[in-house]
Amino acid sequence: MSAATSVLFDVPGPKARQRNVVYTLITVVLGLVGLSVLYLGFNRTLTDRESALFSVETWAVNPAGQWAADKWEPFLRPETWTGYVIPGLQNTLTAALTASVLAILFGLVFGIARLSDHWWIRIPAGAVVEFFRGIPLLMLIFFTMALPIVAWQVFNIPTGTFQVTALAAVVAGLTLYNGSVLAEVFRAGILAVPKGQSEAAEAIGMSKTQTMWTILIPQAVTSMMPAIVAQLVVLLKDSALGYIIAFPELLRSFTLLATRESNVIPAAIVCAVIYILINLSLSRFAIWLERRNARRGKPSAKATAAGGAPVAVNGTDAIGTPEPSAPTPEPGTPEPERPETGTSEPDKPDQGEPGPETDEGPRDGDGPAKG
Amino acid sequence: MEAFLSNIDRVVDGFSWTVRLTLISAFFSFILGIVLTAMRVSPVPLLRGLSTTYVEGIRNSPLTLVLLFCGLGLNSALGLSLADSVALDVFWWAVIGLSAYTACFVSESLRAGINTIPLGQVEAARSLGLSFTQNLRLIVIPQALRTVVGPLGSVLIALTKNTTVASVAGLGVQEASREMKLMFDQGIAPVLPTFVGFAIGFLILTLPMGYFFGWLSKRVAVVR
Repeated sequence: MSAATSVLFDVPGPKARQRNVVYTLITVVLGLVGLSVLYLGFNRTLTDRESALFSVETWAVNPAGQWAADKWEPFLRPETWTGYVIPGLQNTLTAALTASVLAILFGLVFGIARLSDHWWIRIPAGAVVEFFRGIPLLMLIFFTMALPIVAWQVFNIPTGTFQVTALAAVVAGLTLYNGSVLAEVFRAGILAVPKGQSEAAEAIGMSKTQTMWTILIPQAVTSMMPAIVAQLVVLLKDSALGYIIAFPELLRSFTLLATRESNVIPAAIVCAVIYILINLSLSRFAIWLERRNARRGKPSAKATAAGGAPVAVNGTDAIGTPEPSAPTPEPGTPEPERPETGTSEPDKPDQGEPGPETDEGPRDGDGPAKG
Repeated sequence: MEAFLSNIDRVVDGFSWTVRLTLISAFFSFILGIVLTAMRVSPVPLLRGLSTTYVEGIRNSPLTLVLLFCGLGLNSALGLSLADSVALDVFWWAVIGLSAYTACFVSESLRAGINTIPLGQVEAARSLGLSFTQNLRLIVIPQALRTVVGPLGSVLIALTKNTTVASVAGLGVQEASREMKLMFDQGIAPVLPTFVGFAIGFLILTLPMGYFFGWLSKRVAVVR
């Protein structure tokens, strides 16, 4: 918690401490009421709706309810883990890793293409990125699944010539969506490298390609790492959408398990814990990377906790981050879009009125893009 | 394309539900987000802990899981019904799930906004004798809100796209992507035009939203 939040109140004196105790007690009571509603709700069987609330019977653990020991017992059996959880986790990780690699490639290609000097590369690349960023991931997955039908309707290729597996559809969707977001991250990261670097490279006679690959990208990568890792958390979380098209990933295995053992609630809780553990550790890794960059005096292509705003407002970008926060995600943001740059600036480089206090980034951004 | 256009009323109907889901969830998640933020910076340690646990927990679980929990867990197992008809019932459960999920992102953005307020502002407020609540209500939240208009716009765009998950995760709420899937499956119109049509529909929703919030965030930005 930062300084700003701790100065919101004075160090509590005797009266304030008393008041805090009262608030704490109220919270505890409300919390207990909430928890007991959940407890009682999941404790009763689906058929039994009428039993009185304040009796020993309703409060005792119902052997048919969700809290009964045998609803949790499956998680102590090794075959639950080998038969459901581990294969599910493997599928989730396979999809997420494949999509991560492809998305980074996609992002690199389109991020650089958006910085091209040629409008006929820059504008189509921008259109592709904006298109895939602007539509829901789920629609992309549905469309990929329907590709054989498209092939038949458009090119008269008979259905059955090729199949789209659920894995391929999930990977394709995740790649296109997260790749587009990463393209913005890469663009911002490359633009964040101080201008003198590319000017110096040009001065010693390097070609544009050489400048890009030997000067700009290596320097940009460190500053982009936190944002990339944060986006990978989003990707991993979104891989749970595979559930919808019956891809046997973690969530799907848990629902299968829940159907077999009829323990929806225990399965949901264990599943959530697994997801939270993986994502939290990845998020922590992103924050660690960002702190490390800060320690080394390097800018981070603003990613984690802060969310774009702070950089825009109090000018923390003194270190040279031209509002790259704009397209970069917070660790958990599902679809991290920053309209300030993301959607607003790409194809109209000349909304040239000198920017007021916020949002210098996009305009800086247009400079190099124009050449 | 003609086959698609002749079904345009279905498309419009689908999107009307998308918009309804988005607006209602946005309203509730905004309120819940403010409450969570206030808890997060409050002087009571228990409230801070609760808010942190909630935000970190929900933010790191997939939306599909959150909505499944609402649909299969709370709706089916608890047997609560929120409305008379099944269609409205799942709609409100989807609103609850989406609001619970989105509120975490609203709260994180707001907290980031609070961190940008110069110390002098809150110190001045305290030396005037404002209490924590007054401080939050009169000084902190108004300034924080103005600085996070952009990020909140992103959250709203994300919410618009996330409503598609509500149609499938155990709830079956009617909205645009479900309409698209149905049109795919029923073979009413060729797949490609249908997909492009619905994609344009979403772009019509999200792109202006992006422009608008970008413009608004510049307009209301606090000059420092």
